[in-house]
Amino acid sequence: MNKTKQNKIIDKCFGFLGIAATLFGLIMLLVFIIDVLSDGLGRINWSFFTSFPSRKPEQAGILSAWVGSVWTMFITAMIALPLGIGAGIHLEEYARKSRLTNFIEINIANLAGVPSVIYGLLGLGLFVRYLQLDRSVLAGGFTLALLILPVIILSTREALRAVPFSMREASYAVGATKWQTVRYQVLPAAFGNILTGIILAMSRAVGETAPLITIGALTYIAFLPQSPIYFSSGFPYLHFSLKGLFDPFTVLPIQIFNWVSRPQKGFFTNAAAGIIVLLGLTLIMNTLAIILRHHHQKKIRW
Amino acid sequence: MKKMILFITGIALGISNFISPVMAETKLIKVDGSSTVFPITEAVAEEFQKQHGSIKVMVGISGTGGGFKRFCRGETDISDASRPIKQKEKDAARENGIAYIEIPVAYDGLSVMVNPKNTWVDHLTVKELKKIWETAAQGVVTKWSQVRDGFPDQEIRLFGPGTDSGTFDYFTEVICGASGASRGDYTASEDDNVLVEGIASDKLALGYFGLAYYEQNKDKLKIVPIDDENDVNGSGAVTPSLETVMNSTYQPLARPIFIYVSTAAAKKEEIQKFVEFYLENAAGLVAEVGYIPLSNSAYKAALERFKRRLTGSVFGNKSLSGMDIDSILSMQGK
Repeated sequence: MNKTKQNKIIDKCFGFLGIAATLFGLIMLLVFIIDVLSDGLGRINWSFFTSFPSRKPEQAGILSAWVGSVWTMFITAMIALPLGIGAGIHLEEYARKSRLTNFIEINIANLAGVPSVIYGLLGLGLFVRYLQLDRSVLAGGFTLALLILPVIILSTREALRAVPFSMREASYAVGATKWQTVRYQVLPAAFGNILTGIILAMSRAVGETAPLITIGALTYIAFLPQSPIYFSSGFPYLHFSLKGLFDPFTVLPIQIFNWVSRPQKGFFTNAAAGIIVLLGLTLIMNTLAIILRHHHQKKIRW
Repeated sequence: MKKMILFITGIALGISNFISPVMAETKLIKVDGSSTVFPITEAVAEEFQKQHGSIKVMVGISGTGGGFKRFCRGETDISDASRPIKQKEKDAARENGIAYIEIPVAYDGLSVMVNPKNTWVDHLTVKELKKIWETAAQGVVTKWSQVRDGFPDQEIRLFGPGTDSGTFDYFTEVICGASGASRGDYTASEDDNVLVEGIASDKLALGYFGLAYYEQNKDKLKIVPIDDENDVNGSGAVTPSLETVMNSTYQPLARPIFIYVSTAAAKKEEIQKFVEFYLENAAGLVAEVGYIPLSNSAYKAALERFKRRLTGSVFGNKSLSGMDIDSILSMQGK
């Protein structure tokens, strides 16, 4: 056998190995999805979304869980976005290269890899105990915000870095200040990629269970948090309230976790249905990220 | 246009902020603690909230120990507990000025399980269980043949709850002689379903957990009758069931489970309503979620105890028979 033939065989083998490696993950995922779908799809109906959890599996629903998830995500976003994007802009556009910024950068990269349960412990010590937020949505939101903050900072920086430097130079050349350059040139150009990063970070946060269990959100809750805006029949009709920030809460992954640990078979079906809803939610968020990026890339030409 | 809308909403929100919200004050009852007691309290909370719409009840799962930690700091109104309060926890409560009323709500039978393919075990004695689970057995008792002559010379694989659980505390207390005195080389999980699956898929397995999980998995598990070698409460090996737990022949692995109500919280009307509702409806709901109810007279005595605000703990760390509970409930707590 000559050398060329041998190389070709090796080449083919490696191709197969690559395909096998790719298929392995995909098939596992497919098996999981099919298994969950076959277990839980029949359970998903309107009342599943509009019922509170119950001791009777066939009456139990995810109302408090999905409302809690949406509410927690909203608060997480309100906290993490300004901080994360602000820090990203500072580090990429303003900060001078120094030992300190180097140190900060390394630490942010490290923080992105810290297991989520550690953030839960931090949240328990800092927000629940020390700041006495108790086991409220606000404590949960802060904890998840800390968790996704490094990811948002990193993706903001990536996005800013992708904007060609010539754009900044052009802006300075016509007399723009640094802030004007960032505000009117760099941020709009990087917006799509920043948004993509944010949505991916949020879709990670929506599935997080460990940090929320640590701060004590593993709870039976059959009521909804106080809505931030509500109406009354008398003047002034429209009310604004922050009380909902301090209400106890539960989220989808925790409801699923609770159901999986129950002895009755009916709760497994409920858990599977909950997983489908959660998968659907993550899928929608990721799709949104892809669409936004695509849409944005079409708009920008340089 | 966009700015206009924002402007108007801003003004509206601003105004309403200054006017105090006109809405019914909702009351919140905070319960936390044992995962074993959780299904009962959850069922009670569910029915209670159907009748009292303005009162919200949250029921957490932090484990008996975790629940007491919060309770003794005054963070919760009621603590679910699958064992009586420990001395350490009593001290912590006293330090923080927390007094409590101890109320038994049901029985839980701990059941010992083997795989259905296990042909050799027809019963076990308490002594044999001790031999398997005590601290000294770690790394030593590794084969079935070491448990009893005639058992196969094959590995024994153990499954049990983790150290945070009241079930673990209770089992080690009554079997090994001291709370927590267990060997460590077994598969531990706080999730009983993991134990069920583990035992169901391993012919050489042995494990223990709450009776409710056996009831739901009868086809996958074989329950082991237990002989405490004390003929006073039924001779020979006894299989745990509704009857044998209630008439106290299944000993020592049947235990009462509790709620602890803080006396500060008991001053509030909504807590009084909740606890009274709990005891009046416990019998039916307890059975519905797979646990074993106390006798009607015990529920009455417990309610009496709550109404008279008898504080302190009267249940020592010992197993109790049904006849005892009534008399114990009238005792003064320590």
